[in-house]
Amino acid sequence: MRPLPISAFTATSCLGLGLAPSLESLLAGRSGLAPCRFETVDLATFVGEVPGLDGHALPPALARFDCRNNRLADLALAQDGFEDAVARAAAQHGPARVGVFMGTSTAGILSTEIAYRHRDPATGALPPSFEYRHVHNTYSVAHYVRERLGLAGPCAVQSTACSSSAKVFASAARMIDAGLIDAAVVGGVDTFCLTTLYGFHSLELLSAQPCRPWDAARNGISIGEGAGYFLVGPRVPAKGQSPLWLLGAGESSDAHHMSSPHPEGLGARLAMESALAAAGLAPADIDYVNLHGTATLANDASEDKAVFALFGDAVACNSTKGATGHALGAAGSLEAAISLLALRHGFTPASPGTQEIDPQLRSRYGTALARRPLARVMSNSFGFGGSNCSLVFGAAPGGSA
Amino acid sequence: MRLAARVEGVGTLGPGIGDWDDAREVLRGARPFVPTPTVLPAPELLPPAERRRCGRNVRLAIAAGLQAAGRSGRAAHEFATVFTSSNGDGDNLHAICESLATDDRLISPTRFHNSVHNAPAGYWGIATRAMKTADSLCAFDGSFGAGLLEALVRLAAAPSEAVLVIAYDVPYPEPIHAARPLPDAFGAALALASGDDGAGTAIMVELVDEAPATLADAGLEALRRGNPAARSLPMLALLASGSAGRVVIEYLPGLSLAVEARP
Repeated sequence: MRPLPISAFTATSCLGLGLAPSLESLLAGRSGLAPCRFETVDLATFVGEVPGLDGHALPPALARFDCRNNRLADLALAQDGFEDAVARAAAQHGPARVGVFMGTSTAGILSTEIAYRHRDPATGALPPSFEYRHVHNTYSVAHYVRERLGLAGPCAVQSTACSSSAKVFASAARMIDAGLIDAAVVGGVDTFCLTTLYGFHSLELLSAQPCRPWDAARNGISIGEGAGYFLVGPRVPAKGQSPLWLLGAGESSDAHHMSSPHPEGLGARLAMESALAAAGLAPADIDYVNLHGTATLANDASEDKAVFALFGDAVACNSTKGATGHALGAAGSLEAAISLLALRHGFTPASPGTQEIDPQLRSRYGTALARRPLARVMSNSFGFGGSNCSLVFGAAPGGSA
Repeated sequence: MRLAARVEGVGTLGPGIGDWDDAREVLRGARPFVPTPTVLPAPELLPPAERRRCGRNVRLAIAAGLQAAGRSGRAAHEFATVFTSSNGDGDNLHAICESLATDDRLISPTRFHNSVHNAPAGYWGIATRAMKTADSLCAFDGSFGAGLLEALVRLAAAPSEAVLVIAYDVPYPEPIHAARPLPDAFGAALALASGDDGAGTAIMVELVDEAPATLADAGLEALRRGNPAARSLPMLALLASGSAGRVVIEYLPGLSLAVEARP
């Protein structure tokens, strides 16, 4: 694929609202995970919660979209001047020439779960406050972002579980290459709901401690909330801008199992190989891999096999989920933003929580922050249903930084 | 900007419609549309455990997809896939929300992993051994349009890779049904490839600001309006006619897809 400039980006998670506090947390090696106090949830687990969502109001004209997920969508859009950057792109190219492609796994389903506690005892009906289209439906977050930003181009939600908001980069690149649009807002938003908290609990995949990716004693995930947005395109960046670049994207399917990864990491390897091929790069051209690294026994073992098969132990890698938790449908976008911060500021992040690397895992996993210039970073996102996506980002469009 | 493809195979499953032969006759007006309840076949390609576990949306998507792939003459695993659905798995969602409203909140792990929007894509991979990319899209009532557009830009980006777009929507049970009523299940799949020299119907698609076409038959128009996947019907009717023509199908408000066919 042709390198695609990333003209603006922002991210919000338990590490902070917007890039500045997120970067500060990353450079301090801080984790945002804390014991779960969310809603009525009674589970011994740690979560990465975005503060302030309960008190955040949507613009009155968009009040019908009100739910935790769209509140995070709104709060995150307001950071880092992102809305202004989109407004400039819409003014330059026309709102119909700017697409919106968002990833989410659960959209506003929390509101539906709560509505089920308030069904009419006689008829079973949901309360009148139940809002299907603008809250429950999987599309609601892309719909919200498109309305909030006043855009009129192609728009969809990609919902492939935990690879959702990585795959949207590939969609946007294809739409731009096909000439349908000049630029796109891509990203992901996922917030807590009982389905994912109790669901991962039912699979015995929730850790009772802050998650420990790649650790010998790792025992499950910590769930996080998060949002990331990227303005990708136009093809030729404005004069004076020095954007970061999407160099390649690779996608594959495990064709193995609904919730367990391929034991040899075959699908993951296919996605990474295809991302490198799309970027015209060799494994040695990658300076750091931000792993999917969820901290379950099976996921980390599978991903390690895939990474080691492709990179050996030559490439520094780790997972930042010990800092942010697993943001599920937003993980791809959150970790893309971390990858771009790493490129821009020259560091590989720490892996808070990870103490003793599992000796069975052979990739070059770093636990401490390292300051060094990076030219190219790969970010991995793998999900239920065997959905895999790898992205390659660069400080420059060409072969060298 | 116009996007080109060849439709190599079509799959359809819906009320009174078991396959593309049924749909073609009904859409041509060769026989009346009689909306008997949609029959969803068991996915024989899945291992027994997965066959038992998968929901109506999975059965619908796999059946429609296999029909289209079968008619294309290509093996199912050769396709990149674009799954697209507005509702997802309403039965599963309802059962999970019911459990979460009880005191113990115990939900089944199988229900949980089936609750992801991309469950049909996951089961498709297990059934067909397809390791190519699979999208799982949602654009509310424009989900078919979003899937078709995604498939066409995939073809434009990789002309040697055939793409299967599978649109499917099953009704919710109550109480969500009251807020989002779908009369019955409908699925439509298109096996798409690029190039001028193969079999099938050549299509050209572009984004337009025109109102979507409606269907003259009241029953078929009710089906089109009643199920997001059936927003494909005007395009399917054009393909069924075997003639050259142009129709506009629904995508987003103010943004539709004009489909031109040149058999």
